[in-house]
Amino acid sequence: MLLAAVGLNHYLLVGAALFCAGLVAVMSRRNAVAILIGIELMLNAANINLVAFDHFRAQIDGQPVIDGQLFVLFVLVIAAAEAAVALALILNVFDTRDRIDVDELDTLKG
Amino acid sequence: MSLAFLPDLSGLIPELIFYGLAAMTVLAAIGAAVAPKIVHAAFGLMAAFFGVAGLYAMLGADFVAFSQIIVYVGGILVLLVFGVLLTARTEASLGLERPLRRAFALTTGAVLFFVLAIAIDSTTFPAATEASEPLPTTSAIGHAFLDPEKMLIPFEVASVLLLAALIGAAYLARRRRSS
Repeated sequence: MLLAAVGLNHYLLVGAALFCAGLVAVMSRRNAVAILIGIELMLNAANINLVAFDHFRAQIDGQPVIDGQLFVLFVLVIAAAEAAVALALILNVFDTRDRIDVDELDTLKG
Repeated sequence: MSLAFLPDLSGLIPELIFYGLAAMTVLAAIGAAVAPKIVHAAFGLMAAFFGVAGLYAMLGADFVAFSQIIVYVGGILVLLVFGVLLTARTEASLGLERPLRRAFALTTGAVLFFVLAIAIDSTTFPAATEASEPLPTTSAIGHAFLDPEKMLIPFEVASVLLLAALIGAAYLARRRRSS
């Protein structure tokens, strides 16, 4: 059959694919904003896993489980704070150097 | 009017929605990772965020799904697009001009995905005997966040962290006039 019943494994696979896409972005990009996009993809991959485990545990227990969803909401808060600080840093770097190429930010290199 | 020539898919609607959302999410994420223009990557990220929100809704996490759209699409993505627009002069340095590093990254991503897929596929998770309807969780989440015995202190710490981060971001992003 083409469409198997959707289980936990399917959601975990989507999460794994999202994480790998984010990893590729972080590893291959030089633009700091593009690297931030990759980090957001990886955070979303983790969130999918949390919500999926939460949902299937609730199905086994037969009652609502919200621990994973609470965790996801905290991840959302951290992601918002991280994006704000990162973009402020990127704008600051752009102000002083006119570039946001992470390969060129090697002032601290020994 | 009935579409009698189509196979009867009415029992498969959740599966069809899942596979549609999963395909959209993964393709959009891959597009966000490899798009040659940074603005296209941002729009791919938006599609991926919407797909993830749809997956949350499929999993019965209604509150998280709407938070995902409000915070990620309404907040973080708008910030990212502002960052893209304010640094638009650096269009050339996306990293596409380094094929060796790009090939290394793509290989690493593909290998990691296959390892994870094999690990996920070879694991049997305990499954429910019969699937029950997902219950709404918004009320339970609200009570957990405001209950001193559960999540009240982490919730307040997170709000202080967000405030500190936003003040710090505003301080860092201000334009220096003196130098």
